[in-house]
Amino acid sequence: MLKRVGGTVDPKGAVVRIKDAMFPLPFARELEFNSPVHGNWNIVHTGMLVPEARQIYVCADNCMRGVVLTAAEMNAADRFSFVIIEEEHLLNGNLEDVTIEGVADVIEKLPEHPRAVLLFTVCLHHFLGCDLERVYQELKDRFPDITFIRCYMDPIMQKTGLTPDQKLRKAMYDPLPECESDPASVSILGSDFALDETSDISRILKKNGYAFRELPKCRNWKEYQELGSSELFICCYPPGRYGSEAQAERLGRKYLYLPACFGYEEITQHLKELTDILGLPMIDTEKEILDCEEALKQARKKIGDMPIAIDYLFHPRPLGLARLLLSHGFSVEKVYLDSISPEEEGDFQWLQEHAPELSLVATVQAKMRVLPRSCEQEVLAIGQKAAWFTGSRHFVNMVQGGGLYGFDGIRQLARLMTEAFREEKDTEALVIQKGWGCDCCL
Amino acid sequence: MRQSYRIIPVYTADVSGVCSALYELGGMTVMHDPSGCNSTYNTHDEIRWYDQDSLIYISGLTEMDAIMGNDEKFIHDIEVAASELKPKFIALAGSPIPFMNGTDFPALAQIIEEEMKIPAFSVPTNGMHDYVYGAGIALAEIAERFTDPGSKCTNPRSLNLLGITPLDFGPVSHVQKLKESLERMGWDVISTWAMGDSLDALSRSGEAAVNLVVSSVGIRAAKVLERKFGTPYVIGTPVGEFTKELSEVLEQAADKRNVSYLRNRLSGTPQVTLIGEPVTMGSLAAVIERRTNHPVQVLCPLEEYEGLLGENDRAVRGEEETEAALKHAELIVADPLYRPICPAGCRFFELPHIAFSGRIYLRKLPVFAEL
Repeated sequence: MLKRVGGTVDPKGAVVRIKDAMFPLPFARELEFNSPVHGNWNIVHTGMLVPEARQIYVCADNCMRGVVLTAAEMNAADRFSFVIIEEEHLLNGNLEDVTIEGVADVIEKLPEHPRAVLLFTVCLHHFLGCDLERVYQELKDRFPDITFIRCYMDPIMQKTGLTPDQKLRKAMYDPLPECESDPASVSILGSDFALDETSDISRILKKNGYAFRELPKCRNWKEYQELGSSELFICCYPPGRYGSEAQAERLGRKYLYLPACFGYEEITQHLKELTDILGLPMIDTEKEILDCEEALKQARKKIGDMPIAIDYLFHPRPLGLARLLLSHGFSVEKVYLDSISPEEEGDFQWLQEHAPELSLVATVQAKMRVLPRSCEQEVLAIGQKAAWFTGSRHFVNMVQGGGLYGFDGIRQLARLMTEAFREEKDTEALVIQKGWGCDCCL
Repeated sequence: MRQSYRIIPVYTADVSGVCSALYELGGMTVMHDPSGCNSTYNTHDEIRWYDQDSLIYISGLTEMDAIMGNDEKFIHDIEVAASELKPKFIALAGSPIPFMNGTDFPALAQIIEEEMKIPAFSVPTNGMHDYVYGAGIALAEIAERFTDPGSKCTNPRSLNLLGITPLDFGPVSHVQKLKESLERMGWDVISTWAMGDSLDALSRSGEAAVNLVVSSVGIRAAKVLERKFGTPYVIGTPVGEFTKELSEVLEQAADKRNVSYLRNRLSGTPQVTLIGEPVTMGSLAAVIERRTNHPVQVLCPLEEYEGLLGENDRAVRGEEETEAALKHAELIVADPLYRPICPAGCRFFELPHIAFSGRIYLRKLPVFAEL
């Protein structure tokens, strides 16, 4: 049995002071470790947001097992089917036939046809040059009542192009029909979570009588289709940017990319863009900022000098968050990430200058399996990965930014940090669950 | 259509089988795969991942490296990690794209072994077979390369347990119960392949008088140990009162190999249907028949069943064939995720199997030896 050898493994290559870190890749890309933290959403979780749809995957056993059990664990096995690719299909060159006949067979066995099928093809289809045009045309001809959505599970492409997740966040809006735009309405595309009711965007739109549509709130196919009718599309989540831009262009809608962030200036700029494009009055940002300052001050007073670790899974802007907290007197010591988003270059440079000793720690680097996972002093972890890697039971349990947004997001974060400081959580029970916020049968 | 599945999952695949079998032996296992294999394995197939370290990684294969046949990066990355982490061996396991590319894993293993002076081997997985195949070959490699050829048997009531992974047996506490049931019959367990024991313990396997293959995962290793040390083997799983019968077969093992649970099975129309791995389910079938005097049928949905099934038993492939085979079953014992394809009126007894439903029913997992 392997004994823990963390004390003898040199952390070099897995940990770097930010002053010495390279942008945007602080760590070499070599063998990868995968931690037992599974709160991130994968393509199954995200695809399930499309109401009245069924997911069908066509791939080999090992790839299949991960997705089929994801569906089972989220109590959604009844909306998931698949077709297994075997060795002979690769050798015989009949991948198109297997895909078509397999999907057709699954559909014919269902008690009723779904409104849509998210059909996921994989790396093998790509490498074998499978004629996907023929596959989709044939399926469309056989099942004219079903909308087939082109989805991909091809992680082999993700380091040189769009990830399967990014492609899905476009494809899942492809069925939105062309139609007249509905004035005084806004749709948020590309996110897994609805924005908090108290978030800046929600408050502005509600106050001005706007209809506000979000996929996670859609209960049926009709509500889903209405997403496309809003006069303005907004994307707040970086992986959704490609897809939402493409849909805005296809449907001829106004569009804003307003990513969730932690800088007062950037938040103000985003809200100004929103109110300008809709011709609405701007909110009182001075008051918003004063409220944020008070919330952060109160949180700092309670949390004191407790060391803080942040991870990239908690929010797409971990460095921006570190900057906010460090500039308000919090003791941020570590940020867990494997690469740095181009959107964070300014925060990276600020931290290099103002917090040069801040540690950047990899999550997938091979040594992370055996480096010590406890700290001399209890850590306040912001995010599930930070909690597991530091062995903390005081952590903010949220992924991908949740529904946090804008000035309100900062205040909510201060509240969540204070809660995490005050209360212990069962880290193992929480972080092993797939898809934070989804139903989970574990 | 055999390949289409409406509602039930697939079994753990070969790649995860390799990782599971080698998990506790101090080696480094590398899956040559872009991304999915590692999270599938450590989320659904590996219950030890949260707090028991093991050097199991993926290569992060990219499209360009696959197209250009850039094996150098694969070798380089393994050597960098191995030079820091100093594993006892290095195992390579392939996934669908390297299979399609014809990646020469034995050659890569040889290069790594020569350059690093660390034993290295490959297991010919491609993500398209089940765990029995992957785990079985991995343990056979351990038997071939890491058992001490100078070992001699000194105790006629000593044995090795072959084919134990959490995929079939759950947590190590359950395995301990299994060992204890044999120890109560006077058997000295030299090594357990491969849970709760180190590579050093496995290397002494030649000291055993007999090998007990407790799941089909252990058959290949048993054959290697028979060839290497002349150790006979018996196939069967200690479960309930069948353990006593199994012990008696073990005592006569030197006479001939024996699939213990197939002896004295009942014929006639099956009253009970079990679904799962053939050795464990066959052994459970023997127990049920002894207790109830009702014939039992085992449905084996895994690839490797030759010589492991009785007259009433049958192999099934895919959801459609399994559903058809269950059509007239009145009493079914199987993993809960089989329930949706069972007849509406049947009696269904849940027997969770990690290799099928993963961690979902971990808390309901029974101690197999005590069933």
